[in-house]
Amino acid sequence: MSNRKLITILLVFTISSNLLAQSQYDDAKNHTCLKCHASQIIKFQNEVTAKEQKKLMNPYYIIDTLGLKAGVHKSFDCTDCHSYDYSVYPHDGKLKLSPMSSCLDCHGGDPTYATYQFERIDEEFKKSVHFKVSGEDFTCGKCHNQHTYHPTARNSGNVMEIVSYSNSLCLSCHNDMNRYELVSGHENPKIVQIHNWLPNQELHFKHVRCIECHTEVADSLMVSHNILEKELAVRKCAECHNSDSRLKASLYKYTNLQNRNDSTSIGSIFSNESYVIGAQQFPLLKKLSYLIIALTFAGIGVHIFFRYFKK
Amino acid sequence: MSTENTKLYFYPFWLRIWHAINALGIIMLIITGISLQWGIESSFIQFGVAIKIHNISGIILSLNYLLFFVGNIVTKNIRFYLIKPKGFGKRLFKQAQYYTFGMFQGMKSPFPLSEKRKFNPLQKFAYVMVMYLFVPFLIISGFALLFPEIIIDKIYTLSGVLVTSVLHSAAGFLVSVFLIVHLYVASIGKSPVENFKSIITGWHNIH
Repeated sequence: MSNRKLITILLVFTISSNLLAQSQYDDAKNHTCLKCHASQIIKFQNEVTAKEQKKLMNPYYIIDTLGLKAGVHKSFDCTDCHSYDYSVYPHDGKLKLSPMSSCLDCHGGDPTYATYQFERIDEEFKKSVHFKVSGEDFTCGKCHNQHTYHPTARNSGNVMEIVSYSNSLCLSCHNDMNRYELVSGHENPKIVQIHNWLPNQELHFKHVRCIECHTEVADSLMVSHNILEKELAVRKCAECHNSDSRLKASLYKYTNLQNRNDSTSIGSIFSNESYVIGAQQFPLLKKLSYLIIALTFAGIGVHIFFRYFKK
Repeated sequence: MSTENTKLYFYPFWLRIWHAINALGIIMLIITGISLQWGIESSFIQFGVAIKIHNISGIILSLNYLLFFVGNIVTKNIRFYLIKPKGFGKRLFKQAQYYTFGMFQGMKSPFPLSEKRKFNPLQKFAYVMVMYLFVPFLIISGFALLFPEIIIDKIYTLSGVLVTSVLHSAAGFLVSVFLIVHLYVASIGKSPVENFKSIITGWHNIH
């Protein structure tokens, strides 16, 4: 039996056994890992003092159980990705030093996941400022929380939801002193302050994803992963607020335009290029306005003719 | 009463000041407004400059509108704008008929201007529509676009900002059409410049 077949059988077995058991996270209080990792305070038997001891859980290691149950990886148990040795407490200190499984360990090179283009994402990511700054240490999990992950950009029809979800990924570090410093080695600049130049900042933040201006748009990839250095970010209004803009190439291309083109509602007549400044937003209105102006001048012309020649 | 060259003081000083500011302001708004419609790259006035001029002119004209609104009530000039609905349609039609055919056939103006009648029915209708419907709408929608956070996010499936901006542009466009017709109709007089002189001096010749 080839290795690949063996892995597939094992994987199917693991998934099906997990599915049969409903979700192992349903009863978090009795789950080997979650009984500690889902609460603020942990209790354990100290074998040295032979007493029950209470400690505060590191807040970064507390798992959101509701998010976990709703996420795409809900059918996997913790030890499918983390070492089985973590089942024992106190955890062996050396476990922290061994590298964790990466997303590509499962998702890479597998035709099942071909539509997600994990290899291309990896290629693009390796060009990004994140990789340049911290190399392999900058794992997918730095932005995408594997525990609670669900593909919002793919599934949501609500652009505002996609924007807010996408921006929350960036802000989880860029608006968090500790997480930012862990990667960059220096304090995080204040988002509002460095975007002071941007008109209608609040409106932009609510309606536009950070990546719209901060990535190199790869037309064939749904979400660009090549996050650029800040010097290369878009600062010209016209790059977005014009027909044939970069916005059309990214978010709008895949969700907004698609949804609206499919819909038969009145919205589809108006909203295709709603972010475009100028009369080219609505060719119909533009033509109508030319017609009204032409008729006005024609009427005046005829009137002048009669005034002077037919008196 | 002699019909030969009676001069009436039609336009009081405050009204002429209001009209002059309004005229200049609206011309600025139309020019910059058209430029903004062309988008960022093809606008004939630099986009940022056009926005600034448009905003400043808009604010000045909004304050000027207050002068018009309050001035009309205080000086009772408002009486010239009041429409008696009974038979107004007929009067409108009569005036339109005069402009389109009658005046070329030597017909006398059906509603000659006097101390009691400053505007003919068509004028009255156009001025009421523009000054009490379109301009207030432009002021309100203009301020909404100046502070977009006060606009509701969605109107049905459309962005609130988008709907406001389209309606603002459409109303601005109709006021521009009104201005063209207004300027042309003002040239219909004994001489083409007579009415333009009147709005500067305040005195109107009744022939």
